[in-house]
Amino acid sequence: MKSTKVALSLIVFVLFIGCSESPNTDSVVQDTDASDTQFFGVAGYRVGPYGPNGAPVATGYLDYLQMLNERDGGINGVKLTWEECETEYNTSKGLECYERLKTRNPMGPTAIHPMSTGITYGLIDKVPVDQIPLITLGYGRTDASDGRVFPWVFPLLSNYWSLTSAIVRFIGKQEGGLDNLKGKKIVLLYHDSAYGKEPHQLLKAEAKNFSFDLSMIPVPHPGNEQQSQWLRIKKEKPDWVIVWGWGVSTATSIKTAKKVGFPREKMVGNWWSGAEVDTLAAGKGASEGYYAATLNLAGDHYPVIEDIKEHVYDKGNGGDESYIGTVLWNRGVAMAMLTTEAVRNAQAKYGNKPMSGRQVRWGIENLDLSQARLDSLGFGKMVPPIKVSCEDHEGSGLAGFQQWDGGKWVSVSDWIQGDSDLVRRQVEESAAKYAKEKNITPKCLGE
Amino acid sequence: MFYRESGQLKTSYQEDQALLSITQDRIGLLLILIGAFVLIPLLASDYWFTAILIPFLVFSLAALGLNLLTGYAGQLSLGTAAFMAVGAFAAYNFELRVPGLPVLVSFILAGITTAIVGIAFGIPSLRIRGFYLAVATLAAQFFIPWLLVKVGWFTNYSSSGVITTQPVEIFGYVFDSPVERYLLVLAIVSVLALLAKNLVRSNIGRAWMAVRDMDVAAEVIGIKIMRTKLIAFGVSSFYCGVAGALYAYVYLGSVEPDGFNLDLSFRILFMVIIGGIGSIMGSFFGAAFITLLPIFLDIIINDGAALLNLKLAAGITSVMQLLVFGGLIIFFLIVEPLGLARLWQITKEKLRLWPFPH
Repeated sequence: MKSTKVALSLIVFVLFIGCSESPNTDSVVQDTDASDTQFFGVAGYRVGPYGPNGAPVATGYLDYLQMLNERDGGINGVKLTWEECETEYNTSKGLECYERLKTRNPMGPTAIHPMSTGITYGLIDKVPVDQIPLITLGYGRTDASDGRVFPWVFPLLSNYWSLTSAIVRFIGKQEGGLDNLKGKKIVLLYHDSAYGKEPHQLLKAEAKNFSFDLSMIPVPHPGNEQQSQWLRIKKEKPDWVIVWGWGVSTATSIKTAKKVGFPREKMVGNWWSGAEVDTLAAGKGASEGYYAATLNLAGDHYPVIEDIKEHVYDKGNGGDESYIGTVLWNRGVAMAMLTTEAVRNAQAKYGNKPMSGRQVRWGIENLDLSQARLDSLGFGKMVPPIKVSCEDHEGSGLAGFQQWDGGKWVSVSDWIQGDSDLVRRQVEESAAKYAKEKNITPKCLGE
Repeated sequence: MFYRESGQLKTSYQEDQALLSITQDRIGLLLILIGAFVLIPLLASDYWFTAILIPFLVFSLAALGLNLLTGYAGQLSLGTAAFMAVGAFAAYNFELRVPGLPVLVSFILAGITTAIVGIAFGIPSLRIRGFYLAVATLAAQFFIPWLLVKVGWFTNYSSSGVITTQPVEIFGYVFDSPVERYLLVLAIVSVLALLAKNLVRSNIGRAWMAVRDMDVAAEVIGIKIMRTKLIAFGVSSFYCGVAGALYAYVYLGSVEPDGFNLDLSFRILFMVIIGGIGSIMGSFFGAAFITLLPIFLDIIINDGAALLNLKLAAGITSVMQLLVFGGLIIFFLIVEPLGLARLWQITKEKLRLWPFPH
């Protein structure tokens, strides 16, 4: 026993010594010369309760980067390198990842996609100091859409309030017109976290506009037990249920709805509650008819996906073939495309070399992808056209809608625009309040 | 040979009661302090400050708070994270509603607020103990975050329930670089640790230990059980509250009530168990073990894979990390249930005899 204890002391000692080795000197970055490559720091998650949803996104992101390297030799001749860091959807782990990725390359990690609203909030104050653009594609802090107050934060494509407003319009359409919403009863079933609370303010405003009854029911993290919530829903007999879940909580919502006999055709998920992993996990025959909003369409019939198959998967690389064409994998690909296009945009201004965080920020803020440009990139109608500006860091504000047919997601409507005036007004109001609290003078950063 | 106290004779009561009675210990502590206050700020990178050292210090303080309650006074608590939440939100509201209040005063007021809340939740300890008390403190763990979400006033009606902390400003000087923040936390933690060390040597600390070891006997020799237990809850909550305020202000910069969940409470409890129950130093060991080991494993697993030319998916690294971490915890609990502090003590005893153990 005594010798074990001595050995133990030794282990502890070695651990502490080992820890004091600075991670800056690590050789995890694959490239030999860091200065002529564009380094992408990827903070994602593949384990934990949200792992099944995080994995396809991270895989899609990396697959697209790899495809660009194989097909085009990078962006305008600048090779791409990357490193992935696991956050487990945990704020303090996410911050550690951010700090780590920041040190990996003198130019910084290009742009950070934290893939978590909680981590986003933790980074908002840090990115202006470190000059790293923070891209929160369809999540994060909604009022960051005002780029004069949040020059470094980009809720690209669409934010939560545009989404909420679009969902209300979609429900209106299903009811045969927005006027028919009057007197209807809508329940918001939300993940009880910062993420789940984002839509409240706007949904309340919309409820007043269209005089529908709104009740909001929280689901505690991680949401794998919703019996009491659904019994309450059953008692209230709403016309529609908006599902604002993530990970296991979405599948549980669908499963429990089936159990209490609530029609799935009267449920609309937001775009984080509508993926194959959710509907399949809910069990066979549970999810048919379930609607969900989406930022991007599913399917693998896009030219860009053909390219990924040819240049990445056929060569035996790539993440996981079963993800290809799923909603979340496509989202990862779209996230990578928006980031690399921002780099390309910045290169057009600053020259074909690796771009710093500040240059990439300019590239995102002046990003303009028309339908023609999306077609030539091979994306077609997978994502809506986007035009970002200093005032508007969102760039599109559109949401698509899809329905689960038992085997795949089928698009059931065109891109829907919410009440952009209302959203914009609330965004500016909220951003102004933040600016006042933080003593920020709203202005465009320019270059 | 080097660590031997023979010949160090005490000639006064004062010397006999000194905090560190052995010269080598005094030199050692001095070296540690010089290292922490001077060498580390000169050598460490921003990554080290923000991702490793600051969270380590903040968690040490929280673990220290829990250790006072659980380790010294013997009252098991599962509400640590909730008390940290009280501290964080109290500091935020003091700063928000009292303009010009120095941040250090807010931290202290936050600690006092938490102490009051802690005493309130400690009242059940007068009647129940052990597992049942743990369940009662579990109520705090669920009630407090729920209340912070429910009442918008606490978060200044933030739409998402997230608060963003005000700048840390003391006498007009803003602590915003990682080094400055580190030094601020280090100074606060050092002072509070010294205070705790002296507290547990005082009559209050001895009363706590008496109650922990056998409360009936303690009562018989004239210790007021109620007062002792409530002081333990108050002091422990004060430490947790200050730790929570530092967690929000210096480490994360923005927090939501749900961030202070049961997971965090358990993490801190594990720090106390692994570090050493009833040991001030053990709190630091435990916090270091729990915060540093996953990062360290992450780095060696990644580097190991790179050396062997293996391509590991990021997920696998994380899973392996959890496996190794879980294994090590079980290993430690079997081989040394008294924690890392006990290992340190054994090492010291060995050093006293070294190199002639007989």
